[in-house]
This record gives sequence, C-alpha cells and structure tokens, in this order.
Amino acid sequence: MSDARFKQSKRTFLKTGLASVALSAPFVSRAWAQTVELTILGWYGTAEPDMVGEFEEANNVKFVPKYYAGGDNMLAALAQNPPGTFDIIHTDAEYAKLLVANDLVMELDPNNYPIDDLLHDDFKSFAGHWDDGGKLYSLITRFGHLGVSYNKDVLTAEEAASYDIFWDERLTGKVGHFDWHLPSLGQMSLLMGNATPFDIGEDAWKAVQEKTMSLKPQVGGYFDFGGTFSGLKNGEMLAMVGIGDWVTGILERDGAPVSSVVPKQGGIQWTESYSIAKTSEKTEMALKYLDYTMSPEGQVKTAQMLGYPGHAVTKAGRALLNEVDPAEAQRSHQVNGDAQDPITLINEGRISYRDIPVQQSLEDWNDFWSEYKNA
Amino acid sequence: MRRPSTYAMTFRLPIIIWQSVFFVGPLIFVVAMSFFVVKNYRMVETFELDSWSKMINRDYVWSAYRYTLMMAGSASVLASLLAFPAAWFLAFRCSPQARQLAILLLIIPFFTSYLVRTFSWYTILAEAGVLNGVFALLGLGPFTMLNTAFGTMVGYLTFVLPLVLILQTVTMANIDDRLIQAARNLGCSSARTIFSVVLPAGKTGFVIAALFAFILSFGDFVAPFYLGGSNPPTMPILIIDTTKSGQQWPRAAVVAVMMMLTLFSVAFASIMYAYRKRASR
Repeated sequence: MSDARFKQSKRTFLKTGLASVALSAPFVSRAWAQTVELTILGWYGTAEPDMVGEFEEANNVKFVPKYYAGGDNMLAALAQNPPGTFDIIHTDAEYAKLLVANDLVMELDPNNYPIDDLLHDDFKSFAGHWDDGGKLYSLITRFGHLGVSYNKDVLTAEEAASYDIFWDERLTGKVGHFDWHLPSLGQMSLLMGNATPFDIGEDAWKAVQEKTMSLKPQVGGYFDFGGTFSGLKNGEMLAMVGIGDWVTGILERDGAPVSSVVPKQGGIQWTESYSIAKTSEKTEMALKYLDYTMSPEGQVKTAQMLGYPGHAVTKAGRALLNEVDPAEAQRSHQVNGDAQDPITLINEGRISYRDIPVQQSLEDWNDFWSEYKNA
Repeated sequence: MRRPSTYAMTFRLPIIIWQSVFFVGPLIFVVAMSFFVVKNYRMVETFELDSWSKMINRDYVWSAYRYTLMMAGSASVLASLLAFPAAWFLAFRCSPQARQLAILLLIIPFFTSYLVRTFSWYTILAEAGVLNGVFALLGLGPFTMLNTAFGTMVGYLTFVLPLVLILQTVTMANIDDRLIQAARNLGCSSARTIFSVVLPAGKTGFVIAALFAFILSFGDFVAPFYLGGSNPPTMPILIIDTTKSGQQWPRAAVVAVMMMLTLFSVAFASIMYAYRKRASR
C-alpha cells in the first residue's frame, strides 16, 4: 500500500467524519429532547388533537390513546395489559374507587390543584377520589348529565320531561339503549322513585327489573358509541335511554334535530376523573398534564371536546368558556343564572351521581342486563 | 409402515407446528380458562366449575344459543339456495373466460374490510335510506330493516354469499357435462336432473360451501351487532357482554367452548355426510 494512498484515505476519513457529525447534529439535539410518549387509557376522544394537541406541542409529548367505552371495559383493559402500560387513566368517577381500592393509582397532592375553585362543594370531596385517610388519588375534571334524549321532530321537550315517554306508542321499536347497564338501570331506578338509584334494597331492585322488562317491546336496539350516534342521527332511534347531552350535544352541533332533558324524576351525573397509574415511569409529565386539564384553558378544551362535550368543573374554566365560546356555554347551559345550569340542577336535588350498585353486585346488574337483552 | 423421510417432514412440520401453536394451544387455554375464577377483577388460575354452572343455568345463554343456531342455519340454507342458480349459470352456461372473470369479480369484495361493507348497508337499509326511497316511489313503506333479524341476515349474506357462490361454481364446473346431457336425453326434467345428477355428483362441494356459511355466520359478531342492533344478542355478542362486565373471562370462555363444541359437531357431521359413499344397490 502506498503512503499517498494511505494519506488520501486518512483525509477522506476525516472529511467523512466531519460531514457525519455535521449531518447528525440535528438528530443528536433531537435525541437530547426526545419526545415523551404518554399512554392514556380513556374514553373516546380524550387524547385527540383538539384535546391534547396544544399540550403535545408545548411539551414535546406524544399521547398514545387506548380508548374504551364503559367502566367495565376500562377495568378489562387494565387487567389485560401488563403493569406499566398506561401512564394516565381517565375514568368514570364510580370506577375510580376501584382503582384506589386495588392500589393501582398514585397519590396526588391536592395543593397542586384548584380544589377551592371547583363549582360545587360535592366536587371538592368527591366520593372515591379520596381515601379514608384524606389522601387524594383521582382528580375530577369534567361532568355531564344523563336524562331523556329524543328526536325533536317527534317529541316536545315537555313530553320528554318524564321517563314514562319511553313507553309511548309512537316510540315502539324506536327506543335505543346505550349498551351499558349502569346508566339505563339507574334511570329506571329513578323512575321507580328511588332517591338513591344505585343504593336500593332487594324489593326495589326487583321492581326496577320488572319495570325495565316492560320496556322491552319498545326497544329497537342496544348500541355502542358509534351506533348510538348513528341511530339517533339517521332517525332509526327516536329516543335513547342512558345517554344525555354528551351524545346529542355533538349531533346538535351538526344540526340534527335531537336534544336531551333532565326529566322530572331526576337525572344521573357522569363524572370523569384523571388518575396516574402507580406503575407509570413518566409521572412528571403526567402530573404536568393534570395541571393543564385543571387550568382554565384545559377546562375550556374539556367543555368543547369534539369527541363528546362535558361541563367544566372550575369557576375559572366556566368563566373563560363564557368569554371565548359563549355559544357553547349557552347551548350547554354553563351560564350562571341559567335555569338549566347543571350546578343549579344539582343544588335543586334533581341529580344523582352515577355509582356502582351498592346493595347488589355489578354482576347482578349485568346478569339482569343480559337477560333483558335476550328477553 | 415406512418412516417418513426427513425431506418429507421438512414440508409437513411447519403446518403441524403452526396448528399446534396457534390453534390447539389457544384451544386448550380457552378450555382451561373456563375453569378459572375472577376475584377482585383479576383472573385466578384454579379448577372450579363455578363459571360452567353459572352460564349453563342461565336462560338467556340458551336463548342466545338457539337464536344464533337458527340464524346461522338459515344463513347457510339461504346462501346455498341463492347461490345455486347463479353458480349453475356460471358453470354450465358461461364460457370458461366469462366464468374466470365472474370468479375474479366475486373475490373482489374480500379486498374491502367486512366491517366497512357492513357499515355501507346503513345507508341502504335505513328508514331514510336508498331501499326505502325506492319503496316510497312505489307507495310502500317505510320498512324497518336495520336493528332487526333481517338486518343481521343481510350482513351474514354479505359475508358468506360470494364464498358459497365461488365454491358452488367450482364444484359444478367439475361435474362431467355429459352426465347432465345424458340425463336430459333420457327425458329428465330440469328439476330431476338437479336432484338426481347435479346434487349427488357435487354433494361434497355443496356441503362444504354450506358448512363454511354456517361456521362464518355462527361466529360473526359484526352483522348481529351493527345491523341487528344486538336485539337479541347472538353468542359472539354474549362473549363481549360477559367480558365487559366484571371481566368474567372464564364465563366468556364457557360460551366460547359451547360455540366450539357446536362447530366441531356440525363440521364433523357435515364432512361425514359429504364424503359418505352411496350404498350400492
């Protein structure tokens, strides 16, 4: 090998090396600020760009969603995936207590969140979010009310203001169920006059079952998330049991003639919370996201969520919503002094918080639900 | 008996390993799972008959079972009957080129997801849909077709009809045409020719086609859920319902085992019948 050739190789080597360093510099800097992936287990829409896009951009985060519908599905997803799969768990409040009981979520510091700014005192110590020792594990972020959802071309708001309308002969074969036992059976329980619809004795439970079974000839189908929307939108279903503005609100925005009312027998509140999985290795970023959801901006996003609308839980969030999107604030009655203001409805005692059955097991309720579907 | 050569085993082993790992293994696991129990929302590996006793004693399980059996059986019969005239035409009245083109066209629907094809029926079957629009022009309807057994059947047929048609066409195309000509020359009517010549000659193919229709419909979740509105639920929907509530995977496994036993029995009986030789007179 000649010396000249060796020198040339050395020069080439140095050139190539320098060029490689120069070219790889952006990748090196990107590696320094590597994107954090936050895996969220949540209801449909909670990790879509309209909700998390701004946060992702500002914090170099990428949300990886795993969606579910119904608290039982959420528990199933947790059981089927190895520990550490999920960082943030977005859950229905009544299931949050099961997460706490099974030691699946980490403790949160209440001082980091605007607890005093929550719109209702009940929200400040929401059942199941705190343990007996006063430790916080789950953070209330949004809520909504379930009642009678109906097609405005067929029923008036006055007619829909009672659960009895489901038995109306105009609706035969046109009453749909969101396929989850808790909201539907909770509404039947309210219709039967149970003040605490999920905490009922054996006789009351039997009466709820009989009443529900009598609705069977009216029922047109049992639907998942997508089926509920399309059933109401295309007029196949003229009334739905077990849902509320979280479905009809979206369809209303699109101009469909549907709406929801809280009937005279009372409505049921769905409440959603965020927890952080105890096995998460990205708690710092997950906590940062929780801060964001409770900020006025985050609360506005939660009220406007494209997946399904909900109500803000903080006063500051509501105030900002009225400022930046008064139309949505008015449509959803999130206006102080509005007769249908969801907080007013709670204060008037017309709302029961959705819960898991207290005196029966979830299995009892689900068994009956399967029996009802097959009747 | 001659021992199989290493060369032959090289080609046989992959399918044996594949079936063992991805069919027999999961099958054994599902059967074992049906004896597990759920405590605090978590599955505990044990051997208890709790799930079997709970599910077998539920009326709604048997009601869903009967409905699924009836719907899948009907889909199998309907698909076989609807496919037969078209398969006859393709096998005996078409040129080989036209038949090949038809088979290609029948395969094309499988390029699209079955779920997407099922959803497309929404716009056709809805009360404000295409079909009711046509009926309205004739002064009829509107008819409720979605969220009914009819809707479920439309979904099943969307799934299985092209397959049954292909299998029947291939079966009939392989029947010696001279047998049919002989039957006609000897004075057989069309019906007699079908029953005395075509059906016996193509029995294996027809039975296998009907069996496929039954198996696919029996296990289908999409059609009864999206076009039938889960009203009433079928066995696959029952599996979903059972797992959704309280994570009762062992009970869902019981339903799955019931379904597998049914499919094994039907498949075994059908294949025995399909390959049974006619008794000589």
